[in-house]
Amino acid sequence: MTSIKTKSAYSIPSKQGKFDTHIFVIWVDNETGVLARVVGLFSGRGYNIESLTVAVVDPKSNISRITIVTTGSPRVIEQIKLQLKKLVPVHKVADFMRGDKKIIFKEMALLKIVGNNSKREKALKACKKYNAVILDKTKKSIVIQITALRREIDKMTKNLKKYGLKSVSRTGAVAMTRGSEVFY
Amino acid sequence: MSKLYSGAEVVFKCLEDQKVNTIFGYPGGAVLPIYDELKNHPSIKHILARHEQGAGHAAEGYARSSGKPGVMLVTSGPGATNAVTALTDAYMDSVPLVCIAGQVPTHLIGTDAFQECDTTGITRPCTKHNWLVKDVNDLSKTIHKAFEVATTGRPGPVLVDVPKDIQFQKTNYTKYKKKKKKSNNSFNQFNQKEINELINLMRRASKPIFYTGGGVINSGAKASQLLRELVRTTGFPITSTLQGLGAYPGDDNLFLGMLGMHGSYEANNAMYECDLMINIGARFDDRITGKIDEFSPKSTKVHIDVDPSSINKIIKVNLPIVGDVSEVISSIIKAIKKIKPNFVKSNKQKISKWWEKIEKWRSIKSFDFVNSTESIKPQYAVQRLYELTKNKDTYITTEVGQHQMWAAQHYKFDKPNRWMTSGGLGTMGYGLPAAVGVQVANPNKLVIDIAGEASVLMTMQEMSTAVQYSLPIKIFIINNQYMGMVRQWQELLHEKNYSESYTAALPDFVKLAEAYGCVGLRAETPDELDDKIIDMINTDRPVIFDCKVDKEENCFPMIPSGKPHNQMLLGPKDQKEKKITSKGKIII
Repeated sequence: MTSIKTKSAYSIPSKQGKFDTHIFVIWVDNETGVLARVVGLFSGRGYNIESLTVAVVDPKSNISRITIVTTGSPRVIEQIKLQLKKLVPVHKVADFMRGDKKIIFKEMALLKIVGNNSKREKALKACKKYNAVILDKTKKSIVIQITALRREIDKMTKNLKKYGLKSVSRTGAVAMTRGSEVFY
Repeated sequence: MSKLYSGAEVVFKCLEDQKVNTIFGYPGGAVLPIYDELKNHPSIKHILARHEQGAGHAAEGYARSSGKPGVMLVTSGPGATNAVTALTDAYMDSVPLVCIAGQVPTHLIGTDAFQECDTTGITRPCTKHNWLVKDVNDLSKTIHKAFEVATTGRPGPVLVDVPKDIQFQKTNYTKYKKKKKKSNNSFNQFNQKEINELINLMRRASKPIFYTGGGVINSGAKASQLLRELVRTTGFPITSTLQGLGAYPGDDNLFLGMLGMHGSYEANNAMYECDLMINIGARFDDRITGKIDEFSPKSTKVHIDVDPSSINKIIKVNLPIVGDVSEVISSIIKAIKKIKPNFVKSNKQKISKWWEKIEKWRSIKSFDFVNSTESIKPQYAVQRLYELTKNKDTYITTEVGQHQMWAAQHYKFDKPNRWMTSGGLGTMGYGLPAAVGVQVANPNKLVIDIAGEASVLMTMQEMSTAVQYSLPIKIFIINNQYMGMVRQWQELLHEKNYSESYTAALPDFVKLAEAYGCVGLRAETPDELDDKIIDMINTDRPVIFDCKVDKEENCFPMIPSGKPHNQMLLGPKDQKEKKITSKGKIII
């Protein structure tokens, strides 16, 4: 969502190590300002946010689940985790490396194609393998919903231009473990 | 039906239940209901500051010298924004501080009302946590939670924003029951295996060092006692950060003095050469580490800290031990007694060469300076102050700059909670209001602010507070007419371009003292210094002491930014040999 490139607030040594992409899942009290606390921590300490998703997942105990995709050296990733855990409304933090086989990552996109029948058909066909659902259909246009990985959606938005892709709306990533293991 | 209390009453009920007996504050429109209620609570004394920043630093001084949380009360808008510097200062130096702020009534929030600001938004990055109370039924719970957050784990400031209508509304109050130490245990994540591993490292080490910090002080008086026992049991050398001074006696032979940018030659070289570094409650601040890549290259590093996020933040360590300092040290001592009761004897031989080396570094006497018979050298002023007050259980606060470093170098502390200085944020103007708070917490003790003339002018108005409450604080101004540390850096790194670092129109501090209704003293020559200091000590009223010192003295030794510990600049003689490269200019 936002990409903030700032120097870290602390002197990080020149040997930074390889940058990895990580997905943080954070369970927080759904209260005023909680998102600002989490996002403020990232901007204040110079961490990067690639995407962010947040919604209430347990209305009864008032818990929201925030999913943040970020990049950083292993030391920065460790710091993000420890700093997040210090926030008072944060209950739990889980951290997954992108590409972890045990984890399902998904993003959703809405794609509006404006064009003739043949173009619309081709666009729909291209979307098939990404769980395409038609949400709206007119004589000139079609709105397709797909769920896929970030890079797959990146590819689709590029490829569909030629079929009349006029508008894209995307979510950030959401994540869940495979199998019977439950984090929360 | 139980009695209903107004929000303002609830605030005081909470403070009473938290055993608060002093608050520092400044009234204003949005906190008037709370101030109105003050008269009904004789157990709580309110100290009226002259500026909210002053109230905040006073609360910090109170907290750091008493071990209890400091409490401040401010109004909305400018009251809250003025408190931000003190909150940030407390955040950086881990001082438990509870700030209660008034806010415009709930229905006006967000309308740019008179004296409205987004207080929780502004203070979010400079508090451990903050709350905007929107329902009077949540008020007591929130304030008690605020005290808990401020005082547990790594302490820090918190803020509770209370809109004016909430202060008027009525609610129930149930007496607060303190939870049974549950929260403390969750901070002690260490286990016996880690302790045993540390003991093994200690047994194998031939060049060990303890590097201790403010965490020892924050862990309570018991931690300092345990630290002394641990050092005695091991015979290892010990150095301390600026914030940790006093946890271990400053005049003990095992103590190498403060380390870091203006630390001692022996402490910094020992940090560079050691093979085992045991960090207890310090955070590898950049003023301590110097160049990160060359920081203590040969050592195995152990880090004991209550805050897991302090570990591996700057320096990667080999053995992290997460827990409260006194709990951890007490486990270490127990384990040593069990495994190796005669640790000192069996280890003496092993670390004797190390001590020889340290003594060699020590013989350089890096804090020495060239004294003068004509002008007062600032170091000499601090030395004399120390000699004349050391038997009085004196409390010292400082402002920020050269005088602060000289105080740290030449004033030797033998007890914790006697040294209050702004280290992390480096807040000029901290010392005078902090001294006010220290004196409130310790009414019959000698409290001295070792100050610089530039810093002290930033919060000079608090002298009025000292006079109002008959707080006999002593403001000992090392007056060199320059922002000394700025001047020093300009001399060393900016080709002596003394840009805006000279104060051309200083007030007459003696007359200023008189104007405030306190006592003014001045010393201009070394001969009269002692008598004047004794005069100051014997005055039972607030004193401003104008100590006119050599204008161009520099603070040595120093590690230039971007250099490792073993490349210190010593006094004037050494300066010509080692020039600071342009690379060294980067950090500050």
